Amino acid sequence: MRQQIVQLTALLSILAIGGTAGATPSAERQAQLLHLLKQDCGSCHGMTLKGGLGPALLPQNLTGKPDAMLIQTVLDGRPGTAMPPWRTMLSHDEVRWLVDNLRKGVDDAP
Amino acid sequence: MRRNYALPLLLLALLSLSACSHTLRGTGDLGVVIERASGSVQLVETSGRTALQRIEGLGDLSHASVVYSRDTRYAYVFGRDGGLTRVDLLTARIDKRILQSGNSIGGAISQDGKLVAVSNYTPGGVKVFTADTLELVAEIPAEYGDGQLSKVVGLVDAPGQRFIFSLFDAGEIWSADMHDPANPKITKFRNIGRQPYDALITPDGRYYIAGLFGEDGLALLDLWHPEKGVKRILPHYGRGEKKLPVYKMPHLEGWAMAGHYAFLPAVGHHEVLVMDMNNWQEVARIPTHGQPVFVMARPDGRQVWVNFAHPRNDTLQVIDTATLRIIDTLTPGKAVLHMEFTPRGEQLWVSVRDEDRIDIFDTETVQRIGTLPADKPSGIFFTDRAHRIGL
Repeated sequence: MRQQIVQLTALLSILAIGGTAGATPSAERQAQLLHLLKQDCGSCHGMTLKGGLGPALLPQNLTGKPDAMLIQTVLDGRPGTAMPPWRTMLSHDEVRWLVDNLRKGVDDAP
Repeated sequence: MRRNYALPLLLLALLSLSACSHTLRGTGDLGVVIERASGSVQLVETSGRTALQRIEGLGDLSHASVVYSRDTRYAYVFGRDGGLTRVDLLTARIDKRILQSGNSIGGAISQDGKLVAVSNYTPGGVKVFTADTLELVAEIPAEYGDGQLSKVVGLVDAPGQRFIFSLFDAGEIWSADMHDPANPKITKFRNIGRQPYDALITPDGRYYIAGLFGEDGLALLDLWHPEKGVKRILPHYGRGEKKLPVYKMPHLEGWAMAGHYAFLPAVGHHEVLVMDMNNWQEVARIPTHGQPVFVMARPDGRQVWVNFAHPRNDTLQVIDTATLRIIDTLTPGKAVLHMEFTPRGEQLWVSVRDEDRIDIFDTETVQRIGTLPADKPSGIFFTDRAHRIGL
């Protein structure tokens, strides 16, 4: 039963990202992504993600905002605002991984 | 009985005074380097090109900046978390620290050196403190529309004991006359353009110029003639060309000027704009390695050094202002964030964040002459800023 749930969850997450394989970034890439999040996203959202020119990205700020919307915002930016598209630098899976981590909360340590 | 103590006490005082005299020093060759990730600053000196001491406990220093007291003894460090910290350069200690807002972006010190102003994102507005005790003397909420608060950017000091700043969300420029510190007299300039992202004031304190993110061009306020209002300049510089995504907002800091030419970063373009200040017209566009972030002139105006936005931020380029050509391209390393010239320009200090290094260049030979370790360094601020309008 437990295995079935795991399989079902895996299937659902594959479906949710439009059929492409939902690979988790390698450990090395995860470190790069966290660095990017704090240092480069941080130049507008604050290094501790409490907000700046861009809005705060703490878990409580993201409740009620669907994954698909958040992922699309990162990949394509938000026209009319200062948020640029990151599609040329980040893959869908990487953005999904970042969004998952933002929801869990990224710790303050650099 | 009391008298008997007088002589030994006097001797002791003399002794400690002479001990101190070994360490007596001026502060004119000192500076502060922000270590953004660890909430610390390094106290550095440019004569021997050394780091003197690390000072810790300054909070979140992402996007931190510094102004100096007019006696150049104290550095005021403005942190992202709303922290305002007064650092004593002579004792290398935090002298005073307050948390004045939730989220701040920068600050300025008044013409008379008695007031320090901080521009805040949350809650949007400006707070003004006494420079010596950091007590709140005035609050200026950046209210617009139906009572919304705007993020405040581009805060500078101006002659006439004024602070000038821009409202990012409202598209306004405000001037605050601080002669009566508790009752600032505010003059508002509306509809100056969409999303002013930063601003600068000319070294003579006459022209305040805000860069616009939401549209092409810049907003110019002549402080000698505020009654003429704000005028749009270089409105066409990006027209017809697709703007590239901007991964880091450019900064307008100081004034890159050579003769009557000014050098400015083009938002969303791989170009430095050259503008004739006699008529505010575009003279040239210099193609660059990436989107410029800081465009800074050596104090003599002969060179302009440029760094770039993510992901092309490992590079520095040098423009010869006589020919308007790039004469050198350097790659110090990953994430070149900021640079600062020594007061007379023979050295340039560069923070290379991802390499945890400060690089020091001889600006004449464009060779690296030194390097200092630093923990994720960002802003570099030398004390000669104390005596320059707008810095």
